Amino acid sequence: MTDAVGVMLQGNEAVVEGALAAGIGFYGGYPITPASEIAEMMSRRLPQQGGVFIQMEDEIGSLAAVIGASIGGLKAMTATSGPGFSLMQENLGFAAAAEIPCVIVDVQRAGPSTGLPTAPSQGDVMQARWGTHGDHPIIALCPSSVSEAYHLTIRAFNLSEKYRTPVILLMDEVTAHLREKVVLPLPGSVEVVERIQATVPPEWYFPYEETNSDVPPIVSFGEGYRYHIDGLFHDRAGFPTSRLDEIRPWVERVFRKIDRNLADIVHTEEEMTEDATVVLVSYGTTARSARYAMHRARERRKRVGLLTLQTIWPFPEHAVDHLAHQARLILVAEMNRGQILLEVERIVKGRCEVRGVNRADGELVEPRQILDALEQ
Amino acid sequence: MEKTTGVPYEYLRSHKKFPHVWCPGCGIGIVLGSIIRAVDGLGLSKDEVAMVSGIGCSGRMSVYPDFNTLHTTHGRALAFATGLKLAKPHMTVLVVMGDGDALAIGGNHFIHAARRNIGLTAIVINNSTYALTGGQASPTTPVGARTTTSWFGSFEPAFDICRLAEAAGASFVARGTAYHVLELDKLITRAIQKKGFSVVEAISQCPVSYGRFNQMPTGVEMLKWQKDHTVSIAAAGKDAATDKISRGVLLDRDRPEYTEEYFKLVERLKADGKSK
Repeated sequence: MTDAVGVMLQGNEAVVEGALAAGIGFYGGYPITPASEIAEMMSRRLPQQGGVFIQMEDEIGSLAAVIGASIGGLKAMTATSGPGFSLMQENLGFAAAAEIPCVIVDVQRAGPSTGLPTAPSQGDVMQARWGTHGDHPIIALCPSSVSEAYHLTIRAFNLSEKYRTPVILLMDEVTAHLREKVVLPLPGSVEVVERIQATVPPEWYFPYEETNSDVPPIVSFGEGYRYHIDGLFHDRAGFPTSRLDEIRPWVERVFRKIDRNLADIVHTEEEMTEDATVVLVSYGTTARSARYAMHRARERRKRVGLLTLQTIWPFPEHAVDHLAHQARLILVAEMNRGQILLEVERIVKGRCEVRGVNRADGELVEPRQILDALEQ
Repeated sequence: MEKTTGVPYEYLRSHKKFPHVWCPGCGIGIVLGSIIRAVDGLGLSKDEVAMVSGIGCSGRMSVYPDFNTLHTTHGRALAFATGLKLAKPHMTVLVVMGDGDALAIGGNHFIHAARRNIGLTAIVINNSTYALTGGQASPTTPVGARTTTSWFGSFEPAFDICRLAEAAGASFVARGTAYHVLELDKLITRAIQKKGFSVVEAISQCPVSYGRFNQMPTGVEMLKWQKDHTVSIAAAGKDAATDKISRGVLLDRDRPEYTEEYFKLVERLKADGKSK
């Protein structure tokens, strides 16, 4: 790591660098503010590396092409913002149902609808969890710095390949357009996870069979393992089924493959929580305002700590639960009307006071707003 | 005759997936037969063929043949296939869609796949209705036809699939019917062979969700309609002044193919030392 280089990068650029470090082979996207830089950079970098960039006709097609490329064996990604993320929900569900690895970057801007294209938001948190119809597991990660944008993009690919699931990188406009120093590790020193390959001959291969890990191997199309992939509920061979004895194990397995690996998937960071009676819970760019507010409050001898959520879905229940035992007050700071607040309340179950520090007008939650909430 | 229209059974997943879902009299199975004979005739290995399908009765086709098969979301088959083709440029990617699938919800993907001229073979099975959902009007429902959402006769103009494909940039456009099945075999064969985006409109019949409302309650009557209302371009000759629907190869032109052009760019960057 001594040879690692420090560079100035924009958040969106860091996502591109992270994706390249993770081994991206395919990018399909559609222009949208404030995510367009990702597509622009990919259109230069990918052909230079023998990878594929394609600008699709819309966001629906973008994610469809990404899934198609992943089925063809390439690590694949798209990036968008709220309006495009809305359009992607259909095929996000397909990726969840068919268990196809892919990474979706949503650079959140203020909404609903066209909203404020160049202004930040964290309004898509619940959409990332429940935007596509039907019950499904999902993983979503939230970077709060340009450096994290780089590292969490790599992590998004790794988790996606490891667990055969779509992973959402839920950024916001501020981190996407911020320029900061990022220390890029040397290519060989980045942990890169590849999808599990089949070790059995084609006639023994079942793409959705129960395995010890609950993540069955995935073989690319065209490799001699001819099989079927479907968005309909399917049996272990991938064929549509309406038999309960085939559907139930599938539903249980896709949730189990995430639930039993929470320690690997869910990452949070605690600062000054050891003695804290007031805990700030935040994520993304807002976590930086919260950190600043925490330090100012500490100067005034207030026992304030911070829990930053890097993984936002599955929700870090354990971390919140353990802080609910010691805190008198939990303040949830986010650039929306209180989405993660609902999750925190669900876990705290009235053991301490929980309040939101919210803003949904396209401006950052400033440290002052959090400090004011602390004074109340 | 039996031999020429037979289906080589090694292409079917007969061990598990039959009987199929389609109604008696349906034409989709006939089109599947043509596709399989085309693949067989070209000597393609099953491993190098992918079939990507959309949603609807036609979308269910991908379950049956023993290729690499992908049943996608409604209207998006071409977009999934675009990603797959770019990841596996050497695969033969067949995309099977219905008329509503390809032209209504998937219309945007259809015209852009044609504009790019990406090397996919699109087979649009046109039964003029949304059959699986009970026979609603589709973008190819003829004016005057009764459907469950045009009870008093449709007054919306219909798309001409072939002219749309040509205008949007496809390399190869052909029209066949489920009735003229040997001709359909040949059209699909040529479509697969053609470099670039090729489209075959296969006029098909749905007696259950369309014919019953339009004085053609059986598959036989609907097939007879196809026989009587279409004319082969080759047979009609030059003086084809007719109000019948043309069958045959309507367009065969050479344009740069997307996947090939993309990888040429990759090679050029490598040669110029601009690769990283």
